Amino acid sequence: MSVQADVAIIGAGPAGMIAATRLAARNHNVVVLDEQAQAGGQIWRNITRTSTGLAGILGPDYAAGATVAQQFMASSAQHIHGATVWNLTRDRQLHYLQNGQTHVLSARAVILATGAMERPFPVPGWTLPGVMGAGAAQVLLKGAGTVPATPVVVAGCGPLLYLLCWQYLRAGVPIAAVLDTSAGTHIFAAAPALLKGWTAFKDIRKGLSMIQAIRRHNIPFYRGVQHVQVLGDTRVSAVEFEHRGKTHRIASDLVLLHQGVVPNTQFTWLLRADHAWSDAQACWIPRTDPWGRLKDMEGIYLAGDGQGIAGAQAAVTRGELAALAVHSQLDPQHASSLDTESAPFMAQLKQDMALRPFLDAAYLPRRENRIPQDSTIVCRCEEVTAGQIRDFVRQGCMGPNQAKSFSRCGMGPCQGRMCGLTVTEVIADQLNIKQDAVGYYRIRAPLKPVTLAELASATDPDL
Amino acid sequence: MNTILFKTVQADANTARSGTVSFEFEGRILTAPGGISVAAALMQNQVLQFRDSPVSGQPRAPYCQMGICFECLVQINGVQNRQACMITVEEGMKIRMQHGQTTFAIVQTEDAE
Repeated sequence: MSVQADVAIIGAGPAGMIAATRLAARNHNVVVLDEQAQAGGQIWRNITRTSTGLAGILGPDYAAGATVAQQFMASSAQHIHGATVWNLTRDRQLHYLQNGQTHVLSARAVILATGAMERPFPVPGWTLPGVMGAGAAQVLLKGAGTVPATPVVVAGCGPLLYLLCWQYLRAGVPIAAVLDTSAGTHIFAAAPALLKGWTAFKDIRKGLSMIQAIRRHNIPFYRGVQHVQVLGDTRVSAVEFEHRGKTHRIASDLVLLHQGVVPNTQFTWLLRADHAWSDAQACWIPRTDPWGRLKDMEGIYLAGDGQGIAGAQAAVTRGELAALAVHSQLDPQHASSLDTESAPFMAQLKQDMALRPFLDAAYLPRRENRIPQDSTIVCRCEEVTAGQIRDFVRQGCMGPNQAKSFSRCGMGPCQGRMCGLTVTEVIADQLNIKQDAVGYYRIRAPLKPVTLAELASATDPDL
Repeated sequence: MNTILFKTVQADANTARSGTVSFEFEGRILTAPGGISVAAALMQNQVLQFRDSPVSGQPRAPYCQMGICFECLVQINGVQNRQACMITVEEGMKIRMQHGQTTFAIVQTEDAE
C-alpha cells in the first residue's frame, strides 16, 4: 500500500514526538513510524503505561516525559507503532514493515529522530551470556519491570551508569561493585568546561548525589579501573580488572557494561550523508545546519541525539527547531519568520547543552576500551578480532569496507552497528591517520532483516 | 542452572500489567506478564542463552535490548531470525533457540534435469 504524507518522522522519542505534535498543530499531515509498541523512545520507554511504582523508581527525569507523550498522543499525528523502516531514499520514499506486511510511504519532508545507541564496549569476554549494556538493563527495567535478582557488577563510565545504579538501589537490586573506568586526567581536562557550564549546576548536583547514594550503600566503588575483562566459559563467572596497580577478581553472574551513547547513524549512512568524526564524542556525527537539515539533501532533517549526543532535554529543543524548519519548507510564506521563531529555541539549546563539554571530557571512554587488544572480538556477529583487523591493515587494507571483504567483519545480522566505530578507530590508529580518512561501512538497505514473503507483500509495482 | 538471575521489580509486580501470557520455549510451557518483550519474558524465566553463534557455536544472549545487536535472534512461530527484544510476547507463541548455521537439504525433484 502506497501512502503520501506531508511529513514522515522516524522515531517516537523526545525529538520525534515534539516535532510531530508541533507540525500536526500547524495542520500538516504527519506520520510517525516507530519500531516500539509504545511512544517514548529509549529514554522515555513505556512512559504512556508505566506503573506509578516503576515511575517512582526511575525518577523525575523519566516521569517528565509523560507530558510530551500525552501531547503527542492527543495530536492529529498518525502514530504507526511496531513499524520497522528498512529503507529510505534521497527522494524521501520509505519502506517499512508492520505485522509482516511491507508498506511504501512518500513524504515531502522526512525527520530522522532515530536517537542514540549504547557505545559498544569491546573487552575480552563481552560476548558471554550474562553481559549486557547498562542501557540494555535499563530498557528491561522500564519496558518490562525486569531487574537482576543476583548481585551485578556494573562497569564503565558516563551519567547513565550512575543513573542505573541509583535506580537499582531504589528498586532494591543488589550491586556487587561499581568499576568506574573514567580516567582521572579527563576530569581535570574537563574543569574549564565545567566553569562554562555553570548554568547546568543543578545537573551536576544531581549527578553527584547519585554517586553519593552509591557510596552511602557501601557498595565497593573502584575508580580509575583498567583492563576490564569478563571471565567465563559458557556464561559469565567473574570480572577481572586492575585498580591502583593491583589485579582484582569479583565473582558474578551478571555484568553490565556502559561507556556512553553514540548517534545511531544507520539511516544517514544509508543516505550517503556527509559525516564528520567528532574527537570530543569519539563517534560519527552527520553534518547538519542548526535546524537539523542534512547537508546537500532536500527535505531530510535530523532531530535529537542523532545530531550528536546532547540528552533528552536538548532532543526536545532540537525537535522544536526541526519542526519550525519543516514548516517553513512546506509553507514557504512562513520562511521569513523562521529566524525570529527559532531564536528562543536556539537560546534554549545552548542552555540544554551547557554541561555537554564537561560530560564529553569527563567520560570520553578510555582508549583501551575503544581500541582493544589483538585477541578481543570486535565484530560479534562474525567473530572477527582486533588483531585480525590489524593484520588486514598490514596487508594493505585501507578501510572498513575492505576489511569487510577480507573477513565478513560487519557483514553479520547487526550490519556493523556493534563493530563499526571500533573498526574505524582500530584502522585509523594502526595507520596513524584521522578517522575521517578511514571512513565507515557502506550501509545498504534493507536496514533490518526482511523475509521474501514480507518483501513480496508490497503492492507497489516499483519495489 | 538454578540461580535466579532476573525477576520482576516489586514496585511493578503489584501493578496489573496486561495479565499473564503463556508461551512455549523449546517445548517447555512458560508464563510471563503480558505486554513485555519476548527477550524480557525469556529472561524472567531464567533463560540465559538464546542461540549459539553460526561462526564458532559460542552461546549468545541479548546484549542491547533495543534492536541494535541482533544477539537475541530466535525462531518465533516457525520464522527464523526474529529479534526477541523487539517483539511483544503473545499467548501461545512457539519460540525456539537458533543453533549455529542453518543448513538446507537439497531436494532433487523428478522433473529436474
